[in-house]
Amino acid sequence: MRRTLLEGLKTPLTERAPDADDAELAALAAAVQNASAKTLGRSLSIRHVDAGSCNACELEIHALGNAFYDLERFGLRFVASPRHADLLLVTGPVTRNMREALERTFAATPTPKWVIASGACAWDGHVFAGSYAIVGGVGDVVPVDLYIPGCPPSPNALLRGLLAVMRGAVAR
Amino acid sequence: MNEPRGLAAEEWIGATRRLAAGKATLVSLWGDAGCVRMALHEPGRADLTMLALTCPDGAFPSVGAAHPPAIRLERAIVDLFGYLATGAPDSRPWLDHGRWPIHAPLGAAPVNDAPAAGYAFLAAEGSGLHQIPVGPVHAGIIEPGHFRFHASGETVVRLEARLGYVHKGVNSLMRGANLERGAKLAARVSGDSTVAYQFAFARAAESALRVEPTPRARWLRAALAELERLANHFGDIGAICNDASFSLMHAHCGIMRERVLRACGAAFGHRLMMDTIVPGGVAVDLTPGGREAVRALIVNIREVLPRLVTLYDNTASLQDRTVRTGVLRTTLAVEYGCGGYIGRASGRDFDARRAFPYSPYDELRFEVPLLTRGDVNARVWIRIREIEQSLEILDQILARLPGGPARAEIAASGRDSEGHALVEGFRGDVFVALRLTAEGMIGNAHLRDPSWFQWPLLEAVIERNIVADFPLCNKSFNCSYSGHDL
Repeated sequence: MRRTLLEGLKTPLTERAPDADDAELAALAAAVQNASAKTLGRSLSIRHVDAGSCNACELEIHALGNAFYDLERFGLRFVASPRHADLLLVTGPVTRNMREALERTFAATPTPKWVIASGACAWDGHVFAGSYAIVGGVGDVVPVDLYIPGCPPSPNALLRGLLAVMRGAVAR
Repeated sequence: MNEPRGLAAEEWIGATRRLAAGKATLVSLWGDAGCVRMALHEPGRADLTMLALTCPDGAFPSVGAAHPPAIRLERAIVDLFGYLATGAPDSRPWLDHGRWPIHAPLGAAPVNDAPAAGYAFLAAEGSGLHQIPVGPVHAGIIEPGHFRFHASGETVVRLEARLGYVHKGVNSLMRGANLERGAKLAARVSGDSTVAYQFAFARAAESALRVEPTPRARWLRAALAELERLANHFGDIGAICNDASFSLMHAHCGIMRERVLRACGAAFGHRLMMDTIVPGGVAVDLTPGGREAVRALIVNIREVLPRLVTLYDNTASLQDRTVRTGVLRTTLAVEYGCGGYIGRASGRDFDARRAFPYSPYDELRFEVPLLTRGDVNARVWIRIREIEQSLEILDQILARLPGGPARAEIAASGRDSEGHALVEGFRGDVFVALRLTAEGMIGNAHLRDPSWFQWPLLEAVIERNIVADFPLCNKSFNCSYSGHDL
C-alpha cells in the first residue's frame, strides 16, 4: 500500500518554474529595491504573519507547499520564528488588535530584512478600509518592499513575488 | 419565517430557562439598534424561534448566567453595543482589546474612554503548575489568536483562548451598505467558508425581500458549497495527519485539495469561489468546460480516496495519536449546539441541510454521518464520510442541473424587513440575520460562525491531554479565527 502511494507521488506533478526572463517576474524583481543576492544567496527564510486576514491568503500560501508548487525546490522555506527569517510575508489589513504583534514581529526579525505585503487587504485594507478596527495596509505599520496583488494571490503569483525578492539584486 | 416581535423581559428570561434546561439550542445572540436578539432551535418547530428584546435603558438580562454557551456572544454585544448584560458571569471584554479609537462602535453614542486594562486569564492553582503563553503570532501559517495553557508537566490542566485579534468591524462596515457590498464583505468573513457565508447572506437577504433565486442558481450554489466542503476536508485531513508527523497523508491530501481548487477555478473562475453568490442568484455561471472539470475531479477522488483511507486506517503509529485523543462528550456538544463534524463525531445529529432543508438539498439524496466516540479519529472519519457524500451530491447536481438564467433581478421592498438563514458550511452551520431598510440597504447584519460554539469546547477537550497533542486536537477542530472575530 505504501509503495503504491509513494509511487503516486512520483508522477511528475510539479509545475514548471517561472522563466528567469518572465516579464512579470522581471517587473517584480525591479520593484524590490534593496534585495541582495549576495546576502541571500539562493535561499530565503520566510516568516508569515497574519495581521488580520480572512484566512483565504493563508490557504493559498499553504498550497505553495504542495507537490504542484513545491516551494522548497527554489530554496524558499517557511520558518517558525521571525528570528530565523529573512523576509516577512504579511497578509490581511492590519487590525488595531494586531498592530503591536506585527510591529514586534518586525522588530524581532534580524536585519537585513524584507517585507512582502501579500493580497489586496495588505495593500490598503481592501473591503475593510475605513473600519474603526483597521489601521490600514501593511505599509502603514512597517516598511514594505514588495506588494503581491490578488484576493487572494494565487500560488503562482506568490511564487513569482518570492522569487523576485531573491533575484531582485540580479536585476539591479 | 416568523417575524421577531418585541418581548417582555419575562419572555426573554423564559427562553433563557428553556436553553438552560436543554429544551432549546442557542443558534445565536446579537445586538441591534436599541435591542438584543436571540435565535433558538426548538425541537418540532419548522423554523428557528426569533426573539427581540428592546433595551431602552441599555441593559438586558444575561443569558450566559444560566446558559454558558451564550457567554462569549454576550461579551461581544457588550463590547460592540455598550449594553449591559445584567447578572453576566464574565464581565471581561472579548473583542475589544482596548485598542480601537472608540468603544461600543455600534452603540448609539460610541465613546472613547480609557483603554481597557490588561486581560486577566482564569487561574489554575496547585503546586508545580506552569503557564505556557502562545500567540497571537503562531509558529505555523495560521490565523492569530492567543492560547494560555496551564500545565502540570506535560499534562494540560487548563487552556483558555483569547480571541478578537482579527476583528475587522464587519458589522459596522455592513451597516448602511447595499447588498452588493454586503455580499462582498460576507465573502471575506472567513476565507475557507467564503461560499457558506455568501450562500447564507444571499438567502437571508432573499428571505427579507421575499424573493426567490432562480432554480439554476439554487443548484449551482449547492455545487459551490459541496466543492468548498471537499477542498477543506482534504486539506484538514492531511493537516491533522501532518500534526501527527505523518507527512505522506499530508502530501497526498495536499494534491487532492489542489485538484479540487483547480476544478473550482476551471468551473467558476476563482479557486476559492469568492464573489460567486449574490442575492437573487449566482454571479458566475458554470464555464463551458466546467462540468467536465468537476466530473473529472469526482472520478479522480473516487479512485484515490479508498487508498488514502486504507493508509490512514492501517497506520498504527498514526492511530496511536488520533484514537482516544481530545474526546468531546456528547452532553457538551449538545449543550453548546456544536455543529459540523465536531458535533457529529460526538453524537450530535444535526446538519442544517437536513434540519432546515433549503433548496436544492430538499430534493437531494444524502446521508449525514454520525459517530459517538468524539475523539480526533472520529472527527477524521466524519470528514471522510462527508467527502463521499459530497461526491454523491455533486453527481446528482451535474445530472439534474436546471437550465435558465443564473440570476434573478431583485429590488428593494419599499419597507423595513428582516430575514435570516442557516447554511451548512464545511465547519458547521453558518447563521446570518439581516435587517434591511425600505431602500434595500443593510440596517443591521449579524453573521455567526459555527466556531462560536466550538472554540469553548476545544478548551474542555484538551484537559488532561498532553501539550504535544494540542496541535492535533486544534487541527481536528479547525475553528475559524476571522469568522469568529469578525
